[in-house]
Order: sequence, then C-alpha cells, then structure tokens
Amino acid sequence: MTRYFYVVFCVFVCLAVSGMSYAATIQVGASYHIKSINHALGLVADGDTIRVHAGVYREGNIAIRKRVVLIGVGNPVIDGEKQHEPFSVFAPNVTIRGFTIKASGRSSIRDIAAIKIYDTRHATIADNILDDNFFGIYMQNAKQCTVRNNQLTAYGETEQLTGNGIHSWKSDSLYIAGNTIVGHRDGIYLEFVTRTEVRDNHALHNRRYGLHFMFSHDNGYYANTFTGNGAGVAVMYTKHVRMAHNTFNENWGDAAYGLLLKDITDSHIEHNVFSRNTTAILMEGSNRVQMQRNQFEGNGWALKMQASCMDNVVTENNFVQNTFDVATNGSLVLNTFARNYWDKYEGYDLDKDHEGDVPFRPVSLYSMVVEKFPMAMLLFRSFIVMLLDRTERVIPSLTPENLKDDFPLMKPIDV
Amino acid sequence: MITIQHISKRFGNFQVLRDVSLNLRGGQCVALIGPNGSGKTTLIKAILGMVMPQSGTVLFKGESVGRQWEYRRGIGYMPQIGRYPENMTIGQVLDMMKDIRKVPEETLDRDLFEVFGLQAMLQKRMGTLSGGTRQKVSACLAFMFNPEVLILDEPTAGLDPVATELLKDKILAEKSKNRLIVITSHVLSDLDDLATEVIYMHEGRPLFHKSLETLKEETGADRLAKAIAKVMANQEMMKEVIA
Amino acid sequence: MNKIMKYVIADLLRSRAVLVYAVVLLVLSFSVFNIEDNADKGVISLLNIMLFVVPLVSIVFSTVYLYNSAEFIELLVSQPLKRGMIWMSVFAGLAGALGLAFLIGVGIPIVLYAFTVSGMVLLACGVLLSLVFVSIAMWAAVRIRDKAKGIGLSMLLWLYFALLFDALVLFILFQFSDYPIENGMIAVSMLNPIDISRILILLQVDLSAMMGYTGAVFRNFFGTGWGMAITGVVLLLWLVAPMWFSLRFFDRRDL
Repeated sequence: MTRYFYVVFCVFVCLAVSGMSYAATIQVGASYHIKSINHALGLVADGDTIRVHAGVYREGNIAIRKRVVLIGVGNPVIDGEKQHEPFSVFAPNVTIRGFTIKASGRSSIRDIAAIKIYDTRHATIADNILDDNFFGIYMQNAKQCTVRNNQLTAYGETEQLTGNGIHSWKSDSLYIAGNTIVGHRDGIYLEFVTRTEVRDNHALHNRRYGLHFMFSHDNGYYANTFTGNGAGVAVMYTKHVRMAHNTFNENWGDAAYGLLLKDITDSHIEHNVFSRNTTAILMEGSNRVQMQRNQFEGNGWALKMQASCMDNVVTENNFVQNTFDVATNGSLVLNTFARNYWDKYEGYDLDKDHEGDVPFRPVSLYSMVVEKFPMAMLLFRSFIVMLLDRTERVIPSLTPENLKDDFPLMKPIDV
Repeated sequence: MITIQHISKRFGNFQVLRDVSLNLRGGQCVALIGPNGSGKTTLIKAILGMVMPQSGTVLFKGESVGRQWEYRRGIGYMPQIGRYPENMTIGQVLDMMKDIRKVPEETLDRDLFEVFGLQAMLQKRMGTLSGGTRQKVSACLAFMFNPEVLILDEPTAGLDPVATELLKDKILAEKSKNRLIVITSHVLSDLDDLATEVIYMHEGRPLFHKSLETLKEETGADRLAKAIAKVMANQEMMKEVIA
Repeated sequence: MNKIMKYVIADLLRSRAVLVYAVVLLVLSFSVFNIEDNADKGVISLLNIMLFVVPLVSIVFSTVYLYNSAEFIELLVSQPLKRGMIWMSVFAGLAGALGLAFLIGVGIPIVLYAFTVSGMVLLACGVLLSLVFVSIAMWAAVRIRDKAKGIGLSMLLWLYFALLFDALVLFILFQFSDYPIENGMIAVSMLNPIDISRILILLQVDLSAMMGYTGAVFRNFFGTGWGMAITGVVLLLWLVAPMWFSLRFFDRRDL
C-alpha cells in the first residue's frame, strides 16, 4: 500500500516539476529586453512560450528546432524581404499563431514558403495573415498538423510567379479549416496526403486551381467554397474521396471546371452546389462515384461524363437553368441516372407519384454538335437549332440511346 | 404664274409626257382634258413635285420648283383618289393639315367645310367614310388655306349632284379672286361654266391650248363637249387627208 | 416632323392589328411566366417567341401599312413639306407604334416577373428589332411599287433573317470547322440583326457556356467594352442603313 502511495507521489512530483518548466514564457519586442525572435529561440527550452509583440521583424530565416509556442501579440509582422523563408519548423508540437508574415523569398528551384513544416508532427498554424508570399503554408512529410483560420493572399501575375497557398506533400491526418486563400497558384494542393479533413475554407481567384489533389486517399472535403479560380478544382488519381456541402462557382473558361474528376474511384460527392461554371463537373476515367443531392444551377454544362467512366450513380440532383445538362463523348453509357430533377423535362406525371411517366434524355443533339464545333454555340437558341433539337428528342439518332433518367422528378428536391 | 418648259417624262418604256410647254396665269381657270393615259395626272404631279421629269423645268412664279418644297404653300391640291389613314378622324386630318401649314385660324377658308356639313362628322374615322365624303374632305383641304393656285384632279368624281354644284360655286368664287385654277375632268359639262382656257392632252403632249371662247368660235359649238368632238373629227380628217 | 408623326402614331395605335399584336404578346408573356417557375427560364422562352414574332409582325405590318398609305403619302408630298421629313415621320410613327406595342406586351410582364438584367436586355433587343424591321420594311416598300410583290419580298426577307441565314451559317460552320473561322463567324453573325439580338441575350442567360467553351474568342470580343460597343453600333447600323437607303430612294422617287 505504502509502495503504491510512493509511486503515486513520485509521479505527481515529476508532473509538477515538468509543469513548472512548461510555464516559462519569453517576451519579445522593441520595448522588451529581447528584441529578436531568433534570440529568444536560442534561450528557450522545449515547451516554452514566446510572446512576440507588435512590430516589424526582419530576421531572415527563423528556424524552429524546439517544441515551442509562438504567439503574436498585436499582430507583429515578419518580413521575409523577398529573400528568406520566414518560418521553418523542424520540431514537433510547434504552434505559430497571430502573426502577419509577408514577402517570403521566391525561387524557381526551391519551394520557399511563409511557413514550412519539415518532417514533423503536431504543428498548429492558426490565425495568421500571410501576405504576398511565394508558397503560403508548406507541409512536407507532416502528420497530425492543424492549419486553421489563416488568411493567405498572393499577387502573382502568372502561375509561375506564385506558389500554392496551402501545400502539402506526403502527409497524413491533417486538419485544414477556415482558411481563406486568394491569388496563389493552387489554393490547396495535396499530393500523397491521406486521412485529412479539409473544411470551411475559401479558395478564391487563385491562378490555377482552388483545390488540387492527387494520390490523396481517404480525405474529406466539407463546406468549402471555391470561387473564380483560374481552372476551378481538379482532383486526380485518388480513391475514397468524400466531398460534401461544398460550393463550386464562377469558374469560367474552356479549361476551367467547377470540379474535374480524373481517375477518382469509390467516392461520394453529395450536397454540393455548382453554380455558374462553364463546366460544373467533368468526369474522366472515374468509377463508382456516388453523386447525390447536388445542385447544378446556371452552368454551361452541368455534367460532362466521358465514355471512360463507368458504374457511377447520379441520383437526386437538381439540374436547373444549365445551358446543357449532360454531355458525353461516346455512345456507350455504363452509368446510372435516376430520380433527378431536370428543369428541361417536359413530361407529365399522370399517376401522381412525383416521377415523370416518360424518361428524360438529358443529352441534347446540339450539345453534341457544340462539343465537336465549339463555334456552333453562336447559333444556340436560334430557330433552326430548336428545330434540330426537337427532331432529335422525338427520334433520337445521334444522342446515346440509354443515357436517360427513367424516373425524372417533377419537383426539385431539397439538397 | 406657272410656266412649264419642255418637260418630258418616261416611265420605263412608256413616254408619258413629250416636251410639254405651257404658260398658266392667275385669273385663269384651266380645263385640262384628254383621254385616259394622255398624261394629265402626270403633268399635275410634275407641277406638284411628285414626279421628277427627265428633262425640262417647271417654274412657279418664275422660280424652278425642282427639289423645292416651300412653293407648295401656294398650292391647294385635291387628288383624284383621296385615301387617308383609316383610323384618323376627319377632325384629325384637318388638324394635321393646319399643323403643317401653320396658318392662323381666322384666315382659314371654311366655306366648303360648312356647306358640306363636315362639322357633324368630325369624329368619324376616315376608314368608315364613303368615297364621296372623302372627296368632300379632300376638296375642303384644297381650299382651306386660300392658295393662289388650285389644282383639282377629277374633283367631281364620286360627289353627289348637290355637292358638285356647291363645289362649282366655290370654284367660281375663287376664280373671281384672280387665282389660277387647274381642273381635270372627264365630265366636260361640269367645265362649261368654269373653264376660261382649255388644254387638250393627247399622247403626252398638249394638242391645243386655247381660251374657251376662241375654241367655241372656231368650232361654232356652244358646249365644250361638242367643240371637242368637232376638233377631234377635224383631226381625224386631217390625218386621213395627210395619209 | 413630330406634327405628322404624332398623327401617324395616333392612327396606328387605334389600328386593330397593333392592338391585337400588343394583346397577344401580353397574353403570351404572362402565360410564359406563369408556366415557367423562374425568371430566366421565362426570359429564354420569351426569347424564342420574340426572335420569331417581332421581326415577322414588324416587317409585314409595316409593309402593308406603307402600301395602304400610298395615297396619303402622296397627299403629304403635295403639301409644303420636305420629302425626307415625311418619310422620317412615317418611319417614326411606325417604329413608335410597334415599339410601344412590344414594350406594353412584353415589357409589363417582364417588369413584373423578370426585372433582371437579362429581362431588360430582352426588352431593349425587342424594341431595337422592331425598329430594325420597320426600317427594312421601309426599304422594301420604297423599292417595289407593286403591293403584292412588296409584301412577298418582306416575307422573304423575314424568312431569310429568321431561318435561312442561320441554316447557311451552320452549313459554313460544318464545312470550314477545320479552319480558324472564329473571328469570321462573329463577323458573319453581325450580318443578321436577329442573330445579334440573340447573341446579346445569350450572353446574359447562357453566360457560363458562352464565356467558357468557345473561350477566348467570345471573351475577347463580347467580354470587352469594345466588343459590346461594336455590337451595339452594328445593331444601330441595321436600323439606320436600310432607312437611309430608303430615304435616299424616296427622295427622288415618282409617286
């Protein structure tokens, strides 16, 4: 019994002592004894906190090799002077919070970032403002890191002159949430990143993609907004993707897609809103994707499903005010369309089961013409084109025979 | 007042007027007669600037009317067929003409308006009117602005006898005011009391231009119709003699 | 000029044909908006009606009216008026009456149901198309003396602009799709006022598709202020040019 007591006592003492060492906090600022962050980093031990007060810090590269918490008080500015990498994190359990980090160096050889995390885990990057950096937050070989509520803005004129906003490579179990990324190359870029959650981010007007990932399995993307990115969102070579409650809008251009799915398998795309994109979704070589309860509104093409796709299920989606609802490039269709609402449906529902009694063919003749001759768009909605389309609806000859929704809904559904 | 110098007009292959020269003065009442297609209406239209002759000029008070429009202030014209926009009322047609001419209300000549009893029909639409009533409106418009020259193209066609007499009285009254009046008509008896001069058009040129008195003297006829018939008979004889 | 125009408009506005035209447009538009659940779809349905009906009614009605008014125009010419002014007044009267009929027939429902940019563009294009086809009718009627032939010509012109032209363009497009014909195609479409109006409205209701797929060509042309300005000027040219030619011809024509 006493022996047991002794053990408990020892543990308690150990905890208390280590607790005391955690408590160490160092203040950095113009009015404090310690003026530079690098100086402070030399003094601290693992587990200490550095509070950096308002001011502009030009310290070249700040390399963090200890388990420390850096907190910006009154929004201190870290200036990379367009030459340096402001923060490099090598140690686990590092927190960087409340800074403005600007003007990182730029390089066509090295990926310089405002904050770069090297081969470590449990880093937290939160509530920072990143302005005019090459890459924003860069994680390589990282695990269980959190990137939250940061604001990233870049001003690169071309794709080459700017890096990605949140870039991650070969990482696992990240949590990327509530960030706003504007004007970078890709808003969020993930390569070989697994079991990660991406939530509530806004990727706006980035040069290339709002979200871009490949070989990143088992990730979830929820409630993000991707607006007006140069080429929209492109995701590739990945399985077990979950995308829900995201908004994809205003991605215009012949190579811009609300969502480009290339070789995506066994995934779910649900409850998303696609509005005012040239092409809302382009699917290539994607199999067994469940597309359910999405809203497609005011797009040029709502869904382009190439002939290389099979066993996908498109059900309970709303297709409203799209110029063309579905387009495809082959005649063989191995996908299922059922129980969607199509605003172009002109059938009737005599048995009152809320499903139309005749099938709907969402591929119009003219969409296939335009696919082949893009300039034909110039004649769209002209009388002659209407005649062509009507004739095709009555006697299908060029449009794929079995691409049809046998149970089109009479009323839009809540998505 | 109106001098026509060497006017020629061709519609396609059809020569309508051949080198026509005429001199018309104030105080004259000219009867322009001739068979159908002899160029009477075209001559009138040339005076009004509605037809552009290929050669020759029309002088109005010594000035060429080519491409002018102001001179028409001095002309009142009553067309052969008076057709007006169907949904305009008589009142609106009169108002429109007053708007165009901008003549003070008190100087308007409202004689015909009153004797024809148009006041009671002011609200009637032109589309609902009979041909005769439309002629009355046309006549009324021609006289309304006290023009120095009156050009009346078949004025009595379609008018009832009473209205014809009223119109003739009006023409006589205007003649006495030293106006120039040009009338075409197929009804030669109507012209007997009116005309002072007779111009007979034939195949695009005036066959003769004489005062009515001279004509009657030469032919010994007391009526215009008879005089014309005699002249024509002489013509035929002349032709035969020449042949 | 407005003294004659005002009477011509008053006359036309009381004509049964114009009234029927306005009422039919009104009924059509209201029923379209009641059937379609959202405004943009209504605008698209109206677009099809508009591109078909407005040019047809404008050109045929105007031609018939001009032939029926031949004697009235003669009477006006015998008055102290400039010929050009008479012709302009008749045009203004016709354009005003038909434009007004369209504005009432389609404008009221649009303001009530689709008070949007696309709705306004539709309205503006409809009015402009009315004027353009009145202008074309003026040209046809002044060139041809015979009433039956003149009305026949105006119907042919309508058929050409509404249907044949597009078929021709489609044919060219398929034949020469291997060549860089993009700019040429835009230029060609400027040769038809109906196509110009249609494209202007497409740019509203199908913007995503127009700005995207055909890519740089459209964006570079219609996406810029210059392109839109040129389009507007060309449409105005379609209004002015036939009228100007008809005016020149009317000025020296025998009546």
